[in-house]
Amino acid sequence: MLEIKDLHATVGDKEILKGINLTIKAGEIHAVMGPNGAGKSTLSYVLAGREGYEVTSGDVLYKGENLLDLSPDERACRGIFLAFQYPVEIPGVASATFLKTAYNAQRKFRGESEVDAMEFLKLVREKTKELDIKDDMLKRAVNVGFSGGEKKRNEVLQMSLLEPDLMLLDETDSGLDIDALKIAADGVNRLRSPERAGLIITHYQRLLDYIVPDFVHVLADGKIVKSGDKSLALELEEKGYAALSAA
Amino acid sequence: MAIARETVEQVNSVSDKYKYGFFSDIESDTAPIGLSEDIVRFISAKKEEPSWLLEWRLKAYRHWLTMIEPEWANVHYPKIDFQDIYYYSAPKQKDKPKSLDEVDPELLEVYKKLGIPLKEQEVLAGVEGAHNVAVDAVFDSVSVATTFRERLEKEGVIFCPISEAVRDHPELVQKFMGSVVPYTDNYYAALNSAVFTDGSFCYIPKGVRCPMELSTYFRINAAQTGQFERTLIIAEEESYVSYLEGCTAPMRDENQLHAAVVELIIMKDAEIKYSTVQNWYPGDENGVGGIYNFVTKRAACRGDNAKVSWTQVETGSAITWKYPSCILQGDNSVGEFYSIAIANNMQQADTGTKMIHLGKNTSSTIISKGISAGKAQNTYRGLVRMGRKAANARNHTVCDSLLIGDKCGAHTVPYIENQSRTATVEHEATTSKVSEEQLFYCQQRGLSEEESMALIVNGFCKEVLQKLPMEFAVEAQKLVGISLEGSVG
Ligand SMILES: Nc1ncnc2c1ncn2[C@@H]1O[C@H](COP(=O)(O)OP(=O)(O)OP(=O)(O)O)[C@@H](O)[C@H]1O
Ligand SMILES: [Mg+2]
Repeated sequence: MLEIKDLHATVGDKEILKGINLTIKAGEIHAVMGPNGAGKSTLSYVLAGREGYEVTSGDVLYKGENLLDLSPDERACRGIFLAFQYPVEIPGVASATFLKTAYNAQRKFRGESEVDAMEFLKLVREKTKELDIKDDMLKRAVNVGFSGGEKKRNEVLQMSLLEPDLMLLDETDSGLDIDALKIAADGVNRLRSPERAGLIITHYQRLLDYIVPDFVHVLADGKIVKSGDKSLALELEEKGYAALSAA
Repeated sequence: MAIARETVEQVNSVSDKYKYGFFSDIESDTAPIGLSEDIVRFISAKKEEPSWLLEWRLKAYRHWLTMIEPEWANVHYPKIDFQDIYYYSAPKQKDKPKSLDEVDPELLEVYKKLGIPLKEQEVLAGVEGAHNVAVDAVFDSVSVATTFRERLEKEGVIFCPISEAVRDHPELVQKFMGSVVPYTDNYYAALNSAVFTDGSFCYIPKGVRCPMELSTYFRINAAQTGQFERTLIIAEEESYVSYLEGCTAPMRDENQLHAAVVELIIMKDAEIKYSTVQNWYPGDENGVGGIYNFVTKRAACRGDNAKVSWTQVETGSAITWKYPSCILQGDNSVGEFYSIAIANNMQQADTGTKMIHLGKNTSSTIISKGISAGKAQNTYRGLVRMGRKAANARNHTVCDSLLIGDKCGAHTVPYIENQSRTATVEHEATTSKVSEEQLFYCQQRGLSEEESMALIVNGFCKEVLQKLPMEFAVEAQKLVGISLEGSVG
């Protein structure tokens, strides 16, 4: 599904990604861990196509196509979803409006007809119920005045609705309380399927108890320095990154 | 005043040219170019106006000659040559398009985005012979239009062109016209008073709630909007009317200068809601062409508990100079001003309001949303005046500016004059930018860059959009997006 080959990227003039190689097959979940400032969020932004994140060399293939040629919205419409580490506030735009606009934009891209307000509401209600999100959040402006945890839940809600093929989760667990973490993880697991894949950035092994990854990678200083199965996460939890770089 | 004298001389010299005058030639459909007393007489004669109105026009004209063009607004443009304008029935458009195929595709694209039916597009684009067909298309049949009128008549509501009102209801026109905006008020109001030819008149009798939004008419009327419009609306005691002016479709017009006057009179316990969508041709990206829109709009709350609200969406015109105002004379009267002003490319907007509190317990609310993009300059200019007798009067002003890109400007110029010890005036102002982060967030969910911008800006304007009549709000939202096209990337 996703093939990253020797990816180098700069932000400003600074090289942040220094040769990433990573292949994610359909059906797989990959966890990425690593110290602060390693370049994890940068990787997710590069994959989503954010402006200012310049790819200087390397390739990324998504479903066999050159991903880097696509605009951010095309990538989104082709099934890449990024749950932001810091979700952005959009004053005055009701969450429901935002969701419906996005949902219909993606339908339109696929050549499907847009859904009307009633139909959409029914759909959203299903998801909010699953994710234990109060309906009044839909009336509030996108992320404005949301608590840290609410913002993260809202990301999962958006993802559940848009049903992406490739989920990119950037520290979605940070800020969630214990119950919410489980609910959010359930949301992700519901989306898991042989046709979908995920890249989950986290600092904590705890999330991986709920969303069990097929692979775990350690990203440090712009490179993947170690890969393994889920036991690697446990090992890191115990020993920290320092032990890794010493080894 | 040297300039005034110069103007007088110039005007005299020009009117000399018409010594043998067209005036004898009343059959002519067109007055010669330029302005003079003769032209004013010609217009009045053409309209078969009573002598009081001619006198009034002439007084306005003579007063105008003594005035100078205001220069205090934050707008810049080459000097207008008032002798280079046709004041009555300008010559026919050179070549009217024969069909939509001959119309600027860019314009058609916008019509399409707004979802305007084909027949109406033809009228808006000035396709030859389109008008009669389109009236049928819009109203389904002429009889629908008639039904519309009959319904209003049954309620005693008068709604007709201003020239018809002069003929059929002279006592009302004479009593109220110029009572809120006297011809001495300002340069453009004086000019308008001398030469106005179009506009609407609306009278809501005591106790009547106007049975419909006075809006449907306007899509079609707007196609022939005049250069010097004069609108007069009178709401008698305990009456209510919601009036909508303008058109979301971009209008091209041969006339560069537009100077309208709108007067609203609201009696005791009555209410007028006046909504405007202004989308005149703004000129191209380099600021070539585009309408100069110098408007005087004012409402007088004459009785106790009278209420007026101005809601405006200003997206067009090269230059907008407009300050819809409220004179809150009656005790407990309420004035509201909700404004969205978008300036993109080289557009310049200097707009705002005046809230003049005279009565006790009067209150006013101002919500202004200014959006600047491209190299545009957008100024909010607002006056809140609390008179000596305005005990416990209150004003609340919120003035938000949104910047798109870093070559545009937003300016806020509040004037507060408070002579009442018990009055309160609150002013809040913010300036923000559409961030790259917000755009990316929306795009990441599948919206194109332009859709993202439209969504964010609509969010910014939400409080004002909500004040528009329902069926119109949707079009206005689309318009917000369309006006900002080209501002991203
Ligand atoms: N706009 C920017 N300008 C300059 N440096 C930047 C910019 N954005 C990110 N960086 C730098 O790039 C490096 C990688 O940042 P990134 O956000 O990808 O780290 P991360 O691995 O996600 O860290 P964390 O675990 O704290 O979220 C950091 O050193 C950061 O300071
Ligand atoms: Mg990060």
